[in-house]
Amino acid sequence: MTASPALSVRGLTTSLRIEGAWHDAVRDVSFDLAPGETLALVGESGCGKSLTAMTIMGLLPAGIGRLTSGSVRIGEIDTSALEDSAMEHIRGDAIGMIFQEPMSSLNPVLKVGFQIAEPLIYHRAMSRRAARRRSLELMELVRIPAAAERLDAYPHQFSGGMRQRVMIALAIACSPQVLIADEPTTALDVTVQAQVLELLNGLQREQGLGILLITHNLGVVAGNAQRVMVMYGGDVVESAPVHEFFASPRHPYSVALLAAMPRVDRPASDLAPIPGQVPSLVTMPDGCRYQGRCPLRIERCATLPPLVAIGDTGRHQVRCWVTAPPASEAS
Amino acid sequence: MTTTAAAVRSNAFLGRATRSGALVIGVALVVITIAAALLAPWLAPHDPNEQNVIDKLVSPNATYWLGTDTFGRDVFSRILWGARISLLVGFLSTAIGIGIGVAIGIVAGYFGGAVDRWISGANDVLMSFPQIIMGIILVAVLGPSLNNLVIAIAVTAIPAFVRVARGSTLAMKERDFVDACRALGYSHPRIMFAHILPNILDEITVMGSLWLATAIRTEATLSFIGLGAPPPTATWGGLVREGFDNLLDSPGLSIYPSIAILIVMVGLNLIGDGLRDATDPRAPT
Repeated sequence: MTASPALSVRGLTTSLRIEGAWHDAVRDVSFDLAPGETLALVGESGCGKSLTAMTIMGLLPAGIGRLTSGSVRIGEIDTSALEDSAMEHIRGDAIGMIFQEPMSSLNPVLKVGFQIAEPLIYHRAMSRRAARRRSLELMELVRIPAAAERLDAYPHQFSGGMRQRVMIALAIACSPQVLIADEPTTALDVTVQAQVLELLNGLQREQGLGILLITHNLGVVAGNAQRVMVMYGGDVVESAPVHEFFASPRHPYSVALLAAMPRVDRPASDLAPIPGQVPSLVTMPDGCRYQGRCPLRIERCATLPPLVAIGDTGRHQVRCWVTAPPASEAS
Repeated sequence: MTTTAAAVRSNAFLGRATRSGALVIGVALVVITIAAALLAPWLAPHDPNEQNVIDKLVSPNATYWLGTDTFGRDVFSRILWGARISLLVGFLSTAIGIGIGVAIGIVAGYFGGAVDRWISGANDVLMSFPQIIMGIILVAVLGPSLNNLVIAIAVTAIPAFVRVARGSTLAMKERDFVDACRALGYSHPRIMFAHILPNILDEITVMGSLWLATAIRTEATLSFIGLGAPPPTATWGGLVREGFDNLLDSPGLSIYPSIAILIVMVGLNLIGDGLRDATDPRAPT
């Protein structure tokens, strides 16, 4: 853990413009991602997970989203200070990203072999012939059967799982330090999901890739991540090593998320949906943003609790006045 | 295995394309015309500009298959040689119009916002001019010559391609693969021209074949009213004009080149319609 992090995010605050006014959609997010580590980012839709990823990638839509404060370091480079054109050379090279929709994330009219070779030609100035050879190796690396015959195939000739493998090959073509996987298996069949996740884990072991895994699926988190970060309304509400998170979640939202997860060892009728929904940015309450849906709400929730380390290791952090009061007040 | 899949797909396309019949006939007409133009030096029985005062205005016979004009020049040879100029002007001006128009249209559609408003606004103004009027104004300003004719027709073609390319790009830029390209760090020009352009080529091809017909017709029209290539260069529009003076005595002088224009028009329009039907996913298979 002492190795310098592959990705380091400090105090990241992202704002979106809604009807002329800027609202903070991601607030003060900080974390380190070590090489070879998988950090899972979980939460409902609209909690700021994908927006955090887009901010790290430098892909906020101009005029609609902006990085208000904080910094992002990928390896040794502070990318939050870079111009757009300089950031283009980082994306696809030092940091890769795969998306939820493998069916539509490939260009339908270009051959798959060329699409995998393109980042190498573009970022590494590789010759077409060398890049083609490398793209064959990459296709074998992501275990696409009969890769040599498929170099000249088009995306419509691939199944969804195979296309996601191609997307992974594209994302890791330039051997990035960090891979952001934004719900990489949501659109896939369960058996294919397992294969794709296994592939990602294998690549991670071989290449020391740091993976930021964005997902709704807590089962995927349990099986693949070392650490979990729960977001709600743009705030990190809990951050913990994965076993500690599943064994003793502390934030009421984390508890509710786990209670809403279907499990084979309990009847389906025990599923507890979380009442209500994430408030829109315009109607966000002051203080803790979960207070409107929280069963433990107290007066003090009107001010935002700090992220407090609990336990001995200091690696389990919770943002809640009730379940994790600051140490000075707990005694 | 994958090659068979590709073969099946291209066969399906060919099957749909040939079943319509229109495309086959259109291609045949256009190929024959282009072949005639290219082979004019060998096919033409006479020098197109050779004057023969004794044999002027003769009716079609074994020597002069379509007769001769007021200078005794062989009409058939002049139509063959005229095809070269008319087709060349048509292809060249359409190609220039596509190149410039598509580039502008993709930029407008891709960036949207103020860029799009300015480009589309200016484009709508240009489109509101009838092509012929715009062509006449441009040639009148630039002066009648073959080069200026190409420029004038190309300029009249640009707005149509700006519109098609912009519309297709608007739809295409919302696709997930464009986001994936951004995530791979590709620059905006690369995404526009290496990724979006190949996806909108089918619509541009259909539009291009229809516009080729328009370009050839515009060339004929401008030449007919004397704004085309200066004499004695033979062009189809010029031939129709030359024949006009003797329309009552020798109507063939105007009619035969008109038929040549008609053949190409019909051929290109059949190709355009056929391509559109063959590439339209909603068409019955």
